[in-house]
Amino acid sequence: MEKSAAEARDNTRGGGLLLAVRRVGVVLGAATLGGCARGVLQPKGPIGGADAKILLDAVGIMSAIVVPTIVALVAIGFWFRASNTRARYQPSFVYSGRLEIIVWSIPILVIMFLGGLTWIGAHELDPYQPIASSSKAPPLNVQVISLDWKWLFIYPQQRIASVNELEIPAGTPVHFYLTSASVMNQFFVPQLGSMIATMNGMRTQLYLQANHAGNYYGLSAQYSGDGFSGMHFVVHAVPSSDFQRWITAAQQSGPVLDRNGYFDLLRPSCDVGPFTYRDADPGLFDAVVDRSLPPGPGPFVGRAGPGVRPVGCG
Amino acid sequence: MWLGKLSLNAIPFDQPIPLVAGGVVFLVLLAVIAWIIIRGHLPYLWHEWITSVDHKRIGVMYTILGLVMLLRGFVDAIMMRSQQALAFRAPGYLPPEHYDQVFSAHGTIMIFFAAMPLMIGLMNFAVPLQLGVRDVAFPTFNSTSFWLTATGALLVNISLVIGEFSRAMWLPYPPLSELRYSPGVGVDYYLWSLQIAGVGTLLTGINFVTTILKIRAPGMSYLRMPVFCWTALAANLLIIAAFPVLTATLGMLLLDRYLGFHFFTNAGGGNMMMFVNLIWAWGHPEVYILVLPAFGVFSEVIATFSGKPLFGYRSMVAATMAICLISFLVWLHHFFTMGAGGDVNGVFGIATAIIAVPTGVKIFNWMFTMYGGRIRFTTPMLWALGFTVTFVIGGMTGVLLSVPPADFLVHNSLFLVAHFHNVIIAGVLFGAFAGITYWFPKAFGFRLHEGWGKAAFWFSFAGFYVTFVPLYAVGLLGMTRRLQTYDVAAWRPWVLAAGVGILVLCIALACQVMQFIVSIRQRESLRDVTGDPWNGRSLEWSTASPPPAFNYAVLPNVQGEEPYWEIKRRAIETQQLVAEPDYKSIEMPRNSPTGFITAFFCTITGFALIWHIWWLVGLGLFGAYVVFVWFAWRDREEQIIPADEVARVDRARRRVREQWLAQNAREQWLAAHAETGEPA
Repeated sequence: MEKSAAEARDNTRGGGLLLAVRRVGVVLGAATLGGCARGVLQPKGPIGGADAKILLDAVGIMSAIVVPTIVALVAIGFWFRASNTRARYQPSFVYSGRLEIIVWSIPILVIMFLGGLTWIGAHELDPYQPIASSSKAPPLNVQVISLDWKWLFIYPQQRIASVNELEIPAGTPVHFYLTSASVMNQFFVPQLGSMIATMNGMRTQLYLQANHAGNYYGLSAQYSGDGFSGMHFVVHAVPSSDFQRWITAAQQSGPVLDRNGYFDLLRPSCDVGPFTYRDADPGLFDAVVDRSLPPGPGPFVGRAGPGVRPVGCG
Repeated sequence: MWLGKLSLNAIPFDQPIPLVAGGVVFLVLLAVIAWIIIRGHLPYLWHEWITSVDHKRIGVMYTILGLVMLLRGFVDAIMMRSQQALAFRAPGYLPPEHYDQVFSAHGTIMIFFAAMPLMIGLMNFAVPLQLGVRDVAFPTFNSTSFWLTATGALLVNISLVIGEFSRAMWLPYPPLSELRYSPGVGVDYYLWSLQIAGVGTLLTGINFVTTILKIRAPGMSYLRMPVFCWTALAANLLIIAAFPVLTATLGMLLLDRYLGFHFFTNAGGGNMMMFVNLIWAWGHPEVYILVLPAFGVFSEVIATFSGKPLFGYRSMVAATMAICLISFLVWLHHFFTMGAGGDVNGVFGIATAIIAVPTGVKIFNWMFTMYGGRIRFTTPMLWALGFTVTFVIGGMTGVLLSVPPADFLVHNSLFLVAHFHNVIIAGVLFGAFAGITYWFPKAFGFRLHEGWGKAAFWFSFAGFYVTFVPLYAVGLLGMTRRLQTYDVAAWRPWVLAAGVGILVLCIALACQVMQFIVSIRQRESLRDVTGDPWNGRSLEWSTASPPPAFNYAVLPNVQGEEPYWEIKRRAIETQQLVAEPDYKSIEMPRNSPTGFITAFFCTITGFALIWHIWWLVGLGLFGAYVVFVWFAWRDREEQIIPADEVARVDRARRRVREQWLAQNAREQWLAAHAETGEPA
């Protein structure tokens, strides 16, 4: 891993001023959020880095106009207080063509600048865009299925799967294919960058990469029912050799993920601890997407009957 | 089954919190009703308020409904913040099936039953007065609108003690809100409440657009209307265009849930993305329906208390109408993360950012209105100033969220939650409080207590920042919204800080309540006899406080942008009021119980639909139809206020204005102009 995509983008775009603004932003962010924080402003991969850069650039551009405006509002309000005898009362100051032009131009210019950033960012960082990595290894394919209320990660080439934990090789792009077995969720690892929705009957894609080994918190960013709060997982980014060892170990232990195993998993459950499957059915993901497998059954029966007040986690 | 799904099991005996809360509310309600009946206030209430078609009375009732529901929504907010404060690696005190109802109810109530009634209430009260007319276009419609909104609010509150409320968020995204994943009655409560209240809102939209387009005082051309009327026009145009979309979308979800249709289901070819698109095609205009009238309030307040006309009036009108139009072109920014691709996300991102242009223009124009002014820091002006400063920040984070890659990091996070509270609290809520304190003396004839009002402002202002700045921060740390429990240590300090913030907001609330209590107790010393307590500029200040039922004895003849300022200027110059007009009798619409009785039957229908009590559905619909027919065949639509009575009321007002002219005006006016050297 010689150069991340974010660094590559750094060199192609972004003036000195923006760079400076961004550094100030990073320092401020780090200062306010504390050194040990693990948020979107402490990215650990190229996508997260580029997203955060655009976020801070946008803040920088807008602050240039927003901060003076706030200062001016307070200053004008204070100076023209009724009790200030030194302020000149100008009740006929109600129109000025020149001021009107300025008043319309300033926001238009800012938005034109920001619009460019939006357009370029929306394309360069479209989640479906592969990561331009110089790494020799091809991207690792992972199929993600959100269930009530846990995450299933299938490694189709390795024929294994894991629940509520995601093992990836550091420095290698990961190509996610995502869907949902029941309701909508959002797959999100804050420090690795962009989130994406998972929807039943549909397949979304996302490329992410962890630059360095480490553990990164992941969660669902879309409320999906009673067990939603428990839908978090840890991403273990490990060196490739460790990743191979983990694959080999997973291939030899744990339950089998066939159709029956999947139906067991499909039933609603909350706060599921991580575990792995061996012998994962490589056609399972596509069967969920094309709806040849039934969707999740929905919540359990509540005390007042299923049609009145059902209870999700039993 | 005679009772459909309803049985004793529907009452949540196993969930003490909603049961006790609902029980207490029910008992208080019962006590109030008993007190009203025992003290013999019922006839007064019935004749003067419940059946009233007077736009001012309806406006006041809307505002009271909004404030009561604001209280309810705020209790939900306290529960959410305290649950999250306790729920670090712990279950907290609210189990998921209850917590999920709390946040769904909070959003639903705050938008539909607090913010909307507050804004519609202010429009109801002020727009006809500002236009110089006697009522809205369809007075009985207006009463019906209000009572249908109240029906929706009532159904939401009934869900506390009978059954449950929706756990599918304030916008019920399928498939979670479909029968398969939400088999309970909660989503049905949500849907029928909003369908019924939505009809009321649509009627309001039609009513106000008609009023503003067709009924204005002589000489009140479009470009002489106060900006509040312009923003009301824009908001009501948006209502007419957007609310049918909401009704149709929720209607399709109802068909899915009740008749086995497959619009948005997982199976049968349904597509949940259609719902998400449609609901936001309504949802984004909705935020402008709320905030545009608030912009109008701030325009009135800032101009009045700066002692200057609004700067760049035509620019403000253009900006308002531009926002009205663009607000329909941005809905997709609510789901950039669904993977629509760079072109679609880019276009909607830029369209969203473009809305910042007219909004920015408004901010600058308010700033230049203050420039060269003589600013009186009354309570309404403080709300307005607090708004400008805070709203700029909320606007900035909003534009930030319109940049797709930035949105990919903070979508659905507490950063987003902080953003929209930043614009809705600072915009809509501050606007409502500014409007209430500004027009309160007009409505009731006495001002609100300034000390408590200012205390309420400062605690709200501080409380807002203490609550929502931590939420911005914790959102950047990756904390998503709607978590019932969490285990990330880095989030905890921020969540606790937000919990402190809500305590500050509690103090603000107490100050608000005290403001009303103290003001009512001291109403004699706060009395406004002039009808013009703030030295106002638009027509509503030319009539008495409170205005007579007919508002104006003679419709004013408008000759400029600031008609009342002009009338006052001329009166002071000539040292006399305009000559006494020739008083004629006035026809006013008769009060009608139509709205209340229709809403009564709609409440029954809604409740019966939720619980599948089909015979009662038939009965309710039949009853509502009978009321409609009975109203359509009425013989006497109007009552006549005789010329003598009009003359008596208006002469009293003229006497007060003559005293004002004689005693105060000249020296005030001269003093004001002595320093600037302008001719008096």
